[in-house]
Amino acid sequence: MTGATAMEPLLEVRRLTVALPEGSDRPFAVERISFAITANEILCVVGESGSGKSVIGHAIMGLLPKPDLRIAAGAILLRQQNVVAMSEAKQRALRGHRVGMIFQEPMTALNPLMRIGAQIEEVLEIHTDMDRAQRRKLVLEMIRSVGLPNPEEIRRSYPFRLSGGQRQRVMIAMALALKPDLLIADEPTTALDVMTQKQILDLIKTIQRERHMAVMFITHDFGVVAEIADRVAVMREGHIVEIGGADDILNQPQHPYTRQLIASLPGHGAPRPPFLGQGEPLLVAENIRKSFPLASRFMGKVRRLVVADDINLTIHPGETVGLVGSSGSGKSTLARTVVGLLKPDGGRLLFKGTDLLRLNRRAFKPFRRDVQMVFQDPYASLNPRHRVGDIIAQGPIAFGENPATALAHAKELLELVGLPAVAASRYPHEFSGGQRQRISIARALAVKPALLIADEPVSALDASVQSQVLRLLDDIRHRLNLAMLFITHDLRIAAEICDTVGVMQHGRIVEYGPADKVLSQPSEPYTRSLLEALPGRNWRIPREFATADAAVNP
Amino acid sequence: MPTDFIRAFQRNRGAVFGVVVLGLMLLLAIFADLLFPTSPWDMTAAPFTPPFDASAWLGTDTLGRDIASGIAHGARVSLLVGVVATAVAVTVGVLLGAIAGYHGGRIDSAIVHFTELFQTIPNFVLVVVTVAIFTPSLFSIVGAIALVSWPPLARLVRGEFLSLREREFVQAAITSGQSTTTIILRQILPNSLSPIIVSASLMVATSILLESSLSFLGLGDPNAMTWGFMIGSARTVLRQAWWMSFFPGVAILLTVLALNLIGEGLNDAFNPRLRRGRRT
Repeated sequence: MTGATAMEPLLEVRRLTVALPEGSDRPFAVERISFAITANEILCVVGESGSGKSVIGHAIMGLLPKPDLRIAAGAILLRQQNVVAMSEAKQRALRGHRVGMIFQEPMTALNPLMRIGAQIEEVLEIHTDMDRAQRRKLVLEMIRSVGLPNPEEIRRSYPFRLSGGQRQRVMIAMALALKPDLLIADEPTTALDVMTQKQILDLIKTIQRERHMAVMFITHDFGVVAEIADRVAVMREGHIVEIGGADDILNQPQHPYTRQLIASLPGHGAPRPPFLGQGEPLLVAENIRKSFPLASRFMGKVRRLVVADDINLTIHPGETVGLVGSSGSGKSTLARTVVGLLKPDGGRLLFKGTDLLRLNRRAFKPFRRDVQMVFQDPYASLNPRHRVGDIIAQGPIAFGENPATALAHAKELLELVGLPAVAASRYPHEFSGGQRQRISIARALAVKPALLIADEPVSALDASVQSQVLRLLDDIRHRLNLAMLFITHDLRIAAEICDTVGVMQHGRIVEYGPADKVLSQPSEPYTRSLLEALPGRNWRIPREFATADAAVNP
Repeated sequence: MPTDFIRAFQRNRGAVFGVVVLGLMLLLAIFADLLFPTSPWDMTAAPFTPPFDASAWLGTDTLGRDIASGIAHGARVSLLVGVVATAVAVTVGVLLGAIAGYHGGRIDSAIVHFTELFQTIPNFVLVVVTVAIFTPSLFSIVGAIALVSWPPLARLVRGEFLSLREREFVQAAITSGQSTTTIILRQILPNSLSPIIVSASLMVATSILLESSLSFLGLGDPNAMTWGFMIGSARTVLRQAWWMSFFPGVAILLTVLALNLIGEGLNDAFNPRLRRGRRT
């Protein structure tokens, strides 16, 4: 796969140590790490958040935030020249010419007030002595080479007209305009949905092959690694624990941490037993419609964005229904409608036979108990000013429970979700993302719901924490016989946790059925393309890890 | 957490200076009757006595009234007006801002337009007119100052509420059946408290300036000795007797400066803590 081992390395990092400011939880962001990239290969640096993987990329680019992070020791050799010892000016020249970088957030990485063409051209203006006509020609060529339609039109547009995927393509065009030897990609597809992710990965791979470039690809997703890597470096807490060829790392990992990471990937567990619990449905959604008005043109008709178009859904007691689909397909809107945060424009929502949409506020209140929600962002879903115990007890208190009983019950719930009871007297900021999500689950359970709505509950978490939270949800669901509406963009997770799956596209459920069937023998072309876009779909996770237990730190 | 906050506040030397100055002003106001038992309106020494005289160490004014005594008693009125007017303005502003920001839609636009109505009239003109209509008294002055002070605060609180009500913890509170009042008071308000406190501390300073300006124009409470009145009555003899307007002016300057420094210190102390809190 590599075939380049004989060549001298393009980039060599030698015993690089980057110091963190005093008072951090560890002294170094990365410590004595060494690796090399040769031309014409893709090295994936993979690790969980806080492992220091981004710091390496930023150190190479000279983008470390001063004065918080500084290179304490070691060398970064680019074509045998030590970047660390260079003057600022030399570093800058080198950066534009030899190294290009793309970032995670395509929505904020472009200047909103500059036309796309001007932003790409700016790079050429600074680093080359091309004249206007040459620059314009190259800009158009770059836009075309990253697969954007109508280069002339794109050149003249402002960033807001472009989608996230298109912006990421523009970022790639900018990074590649000077034909760098090395491209550093820092989680370039994390903010994109699966379909767009697939396109961007393909694009990076194609361009890399065409130009024989070296690529350092930073990611947290082993699926992406399987898709794109020639070689892989696995990082943990500032150290490279394992580095080697992609085949070896993915299929015969040596280090226990790598094994644990791979084992925690979703979607390789034993197939779920088919869901049989028929009988009275708990919740029936009939013909739910919802649209939002878009900004109206002057004197014109108000255009409407349809986010839920004639949706039907049935959830039985104890059933987990998954909603999958790319961003903007209306999954969250549907969830918010069911939980009563949004009022749909039409349709019926029958909970145990009562139409919730016809109830006024007062009559609806008792039903709030029955449907509870776990939110996506563990950092925004807990009030930072309240103690954890109070956060959990607030719901029962609102329903008239005596505060002391509610607080005692909150402590029991904390233990149920795997946290110590003493956590009740602490504040949310003292907990990690995974722990906060556990608190969120405890809060939802506090009012004893019959239906739990989980809106992307693990998408903000690291893979190993993800699997723990998923297991907790699954376990609790069985123990309390909860029905669950589980929203996710990740089909691997849906396969692992859901009995029934609905695939959403443009506000419609295009395919609905048992998870096993929908995800293995899809009948709709859209479902099929979603499945094909899954990163690393050709990689079978080795069986021996599939059964290994992944729980280490919460 | 509070010790953290105090430490962050103490790091700002200006803010500590502000607290000290304001503390001294407060003591002066509280003990004005003990320090200067005679009424500030009484003649205590020869008119036009220059400062650092044995009988009146900051001098006397055109009618022989002790300037030091005037400053001490004036501090009462200034601080009282500043604090009470701010309290009223904060109550009204927070209430309207919270309702507008939380409910949005028609309620929001009605309140915003109502706020704009007040913001389009020049503040000082509105204060002068209001006080003139209701005859100058402490009550009408406080009311008039509060009347012009609440709109910016209402807008600030509205903005905070608009963004906070979309946060997931607020939505979680809605789904767990909490009432609107509980959500506004217990979930959202505590999270928007820091900008409110900062702007309130600055508002006290503005109120003091407004009250002084009113007194300067002769629209102050005729029964209360105030700094603005002292400056106003001394302006005709500014070139012969500088001290008559100078010392009350210094009192205003120090108090307003102290309040501004405290406001800035509070702002600095609140912000890094929030940032740190979010990251961990």
